[in-house]
Amino acid sequence: MNFRTVRPGITAINMSVSVQIKNINKKFEKLEALRDITLSIPPGELFGFIGPDGAGKTTLFRLITSLLLADKGSIAVDGLDSETDYKKIRNITGYMPGRFSLYYDLTVEENINFYASIFKTSLRENYHLIKEVYEQIEPFKKRRAGDLSGGMKQKLALSCALIHKPELLILDEPTTGVDAVSRKEFWELLKKMQKTGITILVSTPYMDEASLCDRVALMQKGDLMAVDTPSSIVDGYNGDLWQISSSDMHAIVADLTGIDSRIEKVFRFGEKVHVTTHNIDNKELGVIIEGVLDGAKHKNILLEGAKPQIEDCFLALMDEKG
Amino acid sequence: MWPFIKKEFFHIFRDFRSMLILFGMPVAQVLLFGFAITTDIKDVSIAILDNSKDNVSREISNKLVSSGYFILNSNLSSNNEIEAAFKRGDIKEVVVFESDFAQKLQREGVADIQLIIDASEPNTASMINAYTSGIINSYSLELMKKQGKIPISIITEPKMLYNSGLRSVFMFVPGVITILLMLVSAMMTSISITREKEVGTMEAILVSPLKPIQIILGKVAPYVLLSFINLIVILLLSAFVFDMPIRGSIALLLVESILFIVMALALGILISSVSKSQQQAMLLSMFALLLPTILLSGFIFPIENMPYALQLVSHVMPSKWFIIIVKNIMLKGVGIGYFWKETLILLAMTVFFILMSVKKFKTRLE
Repeated sequence: MNFRTVRPGITAINMSVSVQIKNINKKFEKLEALRDITLSIPPGELFGFIGPDGAGKTTLFRLITSLLLADKGSIAVDGLDSETDYKKIRNITGYMPGRFSLYYDLTVEENINFYASIFKTSLRENYHLIKEVYEQIEPFKKRRAGDLSGGMKQKLALSCALIHKPELLILDEPTTGVDAVSRKEFWELLKKMQKTGITILVSTPYMDEASLCDRVALMQKGDLMAVDTPSSIVDGYNGDLWQISSSDMHAIVADLTGIDSRIEKVFRFGEKVHVTTHNIDNKELGVIIEGVLDGAKHKNILLEGAKPQIEDCFLALMDEKG
Repeated sequence: MWPFIKKEFFHIFRDFRSMLILFGMPVAQVLLFGFAITTDIKDVSIAILDNSKDNVSREISNKLVSSGYFILNSNLSSNNEIEAAFKRGDIKEVVVFESDFAQKLQREGVADIQLIIDASEPNTASMINAYTSGIINSYSLELMKKQGKIPISIITEPKMLYNSGLRSVFMFVPGVITILLMLVSAMMTSISITREKEVGTMEAILVSPLKPIQIILGKVAPYVLLSFINLIVILLLSAFVFDMPIRGSIALLLVESILFIVMALALGILISSVSKSQQQAMLLSMFALLLPTILLSGFIFPIENMPYALQLVSHVMPSKWFIIIVKNIMLKGVGIGYFWKETLILLAMTVFFILMSVKKFKTRLE
């Protein structure tokens, strides 16, 4: 006799799926939205697409969900072709479009119930799947979605995308326009989701969120500039990075630019200036900088070595590609 | 699909503007059209040109003036004065008795009265004509009874000045029904579908396993019901407030209306699939549906008076055929045998637009 047991208290693990993207090209009239994108995402990965507006993130997601068709190349989700088998793909995909796809005149509960029903399921049936997220907005279930805060809208949209137990979750800029605390909470939720075995693709314009993904793709104007784990990308940074500050932060970028051929890049980074150098040590750089930044304008000059971050890598890659 | 329909009802009932268009508009339109084209006339200034000046012509004149509908403005003495009297603008009608009126009536049993009516306001003109003829007819009946002689008849010959194509008073109800069904069905659906595109929810629905036909049906089903309710409201209003008759079969009228509603809904879906924003959908509905419905369907301007090219255009207006059907049922009281051709045309158009809209409805964003 065969017994199949499921341990109590443990959510049944999803069969997660892989995404294979091969030589994808997409043009909108004259604009090349995506240029020859090839990418392979294994099952269960939390994969981030990082890049500014116009990088092609949304277009790529729409191609994967088959809302758009590629000019060239192919996409396979769990081995299913996105063009011919799109109906099957849509069954196993949870998609949260860039604008939270909620009905603002419906209540939280009505939104969830509606999305559940079009996937032929119900909130009661799949409550356990979205419990983690939905619990946080459940106290407001009688409130109209339009009256929710940005963070709550986002959680509601995520609940709606998760309600049908998708094996692939695609989130288009879920943290855009959401406050810092909610962003943090949201990423924690994603991490928890990932543990159920679901494959998650997420896009974001915020570079600091890259480190939260298993692997990231840095995108710019339709090109894939780098695909790797966040730490490998940072490790691959070419040159030494320093951060400098002084009392006159307005003039400092101009004053430091073009003073020495070994000092390559100078750009504002938050409240500091980041400078990339080759073959200069701490002392020598200190001398050069003190010589350039004269004491009348710049006081309290501070020079320290800095650990490169994704944004530094992104800007460096952008420079390389021209 | 039921949840989809339920959701659609929520959208409608929670949106003040939708509710206003859905339920305020029919009432407002019927009342406006109804009272603007009032069925009563009162104190209409007339002039009388009595070429006979005998006791019968005088009696008829008295009858007219004492009826309460007409006020005698002036007595004319020759045909030449008629035009001038109209041009002064203070009279609407000139009643002309032919010479030897009483004698002719006695001898030949027939006499003529000519009614010259200012028809620049066609509805008023037709009413003036009806009332004048009515008073004269009842007088001739009285006369017959009194004299107990061979039948006599006083023939009234109306002559409409300034506008020969006179419309029926009850023309407005079929027209309003057509406009409203078109507006509610086509415009509201096209707007509600494009709204989902604009807000981004369409993306999420498209990604679901719902079939296009399910999305479409879910979207339009509420509007079928609401349009139908609207139709009933209009019919009730026109029946009880304006005594508009429905001489034919009500069931037939409702069935034909549903056919037209479905056609309009298909048009609405078609419009939504070619427009990117709610505004675009609204403008398209206005210009592509509403204006032609008002101008080219024969609602306001008689099709027979249109240039040939426009007559051809009017043939492709579904509303033209629907108005013919509604007029036939409501005013003439005839059965399907008299307008099966129009019904067939409407049916063909409906099938065509449904096929087009299902085909055009995109399961993708492009």
